[in-house]
Amino acid sequence: MKAFTVSKAVTALMLAGLVLLPLYSQLSGNIFILTLLTRIVILALAAASLNLIMGFGGMMSFGHAAYLGIGGYAVGMLAQEGIGSGFIQFPVALAASAIYGLVIGALSLRTRGVYFIMITLAFAQMAYYVASGLARYGGDDGLTVYKRSDFSGLIDLGNRTQFYYLCLACLFGVIFLIWRIVNSRFGLVVQGLRSNEQRMQAIGFPAKRYQLVCFVISGTMCGLAGALLANNTDFVSPAMMYWTRSGDLMVMVILGGMGTLFGPVMGAVVFLLLEEFLSQITEYWALIMGPLLLLIVLFGRGGIMGMLGRAGRG
Amino acid sequence: MLLVVEQFLNGLQFGLLLFLLAAGLTLVFGIMDFVNLAHGSLYMMGAYFAATFAAWTGSFLLGALLALGATLVLGIVLEMSALRHLYGRDHLDHVLATFGLILFFNEAVRLIWGPAGLALPLPAWLTVPVPILPGIHYPAYRLAIIAVALLVALLLYLGVMRTRIGMLIRAGASNREMIGALGINIKLLYTLVFGLGAALAGLAGLMQAPILTVQIGMGENILILAFVIIVIGGIGSIRGAFLAAIFVGMIDTLGRAFLPNLLRQVLSGAAASTAAPALSSMLIYLLMAIVLVVRPEGLFPANRR
Repeated sequence: MKAFTVSKAVTALMLAGLVLLPLYSQLSGNIFILTLLTRIVILALAAASLNLIMGFGGMMSFGHAAYLGIGGYAVGMLAQEGIGSGFIQFPVALAASAIYGLVIGALSLRTRGVYFIMITLAFAQMAYYVASGLARYGGDDGLTVYKRSDFSGLIDLGNRTQFYYLCLACLFGVIFLIWRIVNSRFGLVVQGLRSNEQRMQAIGFPAKRYQLVCFVISGTMCGLAGALLANNTDFVSPAMMYWTRSGDLMVMVILGGMGTLFGPVMGAVVFLLLEEFLSQITEYWALIMGPLLLLIVLFGRGGIMGMLGRAGRG
Repeated sequence: MLLVVEQFLNGLQFGLLLFLLAAGLTLVFGIMDFVNLAHGSLYMMGAYFAATFAAWTGSFLLGALLALGATLVLGIVLEMSALRHLYGRDHLDHVLATFGLILFFNEAVRLIWGPAGLALPLPAWLTVPVPILPGIHYPAYRLAIIAVALLVALLLYLGVMRTRIGMLIRAGASNREMIGALGINIKLLYTLVFGLGAALAGLAGLMQAPILTVQIGMGENILILAFVIIVIGGIGSIRGAFLAAIFVGMIDTLGRAFLPNLLRQVLSGAAASTAAPALSSMLIYLLMAIVLVVRPEGLFPANRR
């Protein structure tokens, strides 16, 4: 295998961009780039977490946006109740996501295939309705987060640049974690289950237990993205976990390349830049985006990473 | 008493409507092994077509008939132009491609009809209350929905169980390759089934249109309910879809109507009025969770292979 490939070069370029562009934005005073990049990095984190179960674990969750909402609402609700410390908000956000993942996973993993897709979707929709019913926390209209999480001077989330680099650090941390998980014994078992559950079970691995743990880890990671997202928009609403958001995350993963480490990041970057670009051309950007998705599914197998890999082989 | 009967009928009517939607979805899945998220878009298109055609022709019935034809054609065009190339692919590909279609349809509707919703007014003869029991009146239109949906369900049953095409459909559901080997034109059969599913979704949409406003995204929430029904009933089973749809329609309607009062007797007033809306919208999902725990394959799995 060659040490230098096209996909590696493009990935390195993208990562360098993510690290360096905020400096450019700072120098040129172009705040818009920084805002856009922060959104991209947070959703890339969510997409990467989805990729852990979808790409490596073969569990097609169509309800991942629920964790964004749960993480976000944990921050929003605690802030509303006067608990502004990030040292409380973030652990609560992660714990709430983990518990939700444990319950939903234990139920959903009783099924497989299309059932699994539909059930994760339905449960996420349930979370959406529950949030809409929370009259104390704004119900349908959502909840404004008046004060960002307070890390007692350690890092100031109100500072755009500091907040961006916190998000980026979280993204890199999560990707590192996923890399370690995927290459661990646990990760190998989960990937084995994706390929052939029956054989793995016959060898003696408790299939569902491994998958459930993986499901919970992924959900917890996505809860982190939710907590960051609430801080980014200063607002949480049921729309955060509307099912089209879950669809967007799935598209990012597939667009970038399922089961690759940096594919979801690539997917998030391309998807959100495309959305931004198209929405500047026309108000009806989804009119182009929709058929584009159809074409990508029909002709672009393996996502961007797959295409780059093929280009690299010539 | 009055309220109970009324809500019971509302539940039945909603359940039957859900059945029309779920039947198309489960047929398409059972036979083509195709997951169609855009089914809700066809439901929405049915409503928009009906509102438009009814305004053009000035007749509700004529508008409804034209809309039914239009969704049938739309379904067939969709199948022939794009979706047939996805059969045999991974389910994930289906989900993504049809997710793209939803984006497209929502935006196309916004472009053509504008972001504001439409209204589909009923003709005078459908708005009169009909006495069903001594002292109890029920809107004629809702009764009409129940009648039409029951008739369609019966026709669907007879069509699938008693006709030659129905036989082919059942054969296709149990073994796709085999009926192809026996010289049946599967492509045509698939297109036909997809068109039928589209028309059923359109019918549900246009019948629901006068009750709710016709708006963008109206098909999405109800599509998820249809998924819940399919999961409860067992994928590919029309009988399961029918029973589960009525069940879900009843529970959802009755839950929303009576749960707040029930809760008020257990909890304090304030706590009850906070918990009730959230809990009543959770009810059917809880039901689904219970079914999954007891029977992961659904209550009436279609074909055990």
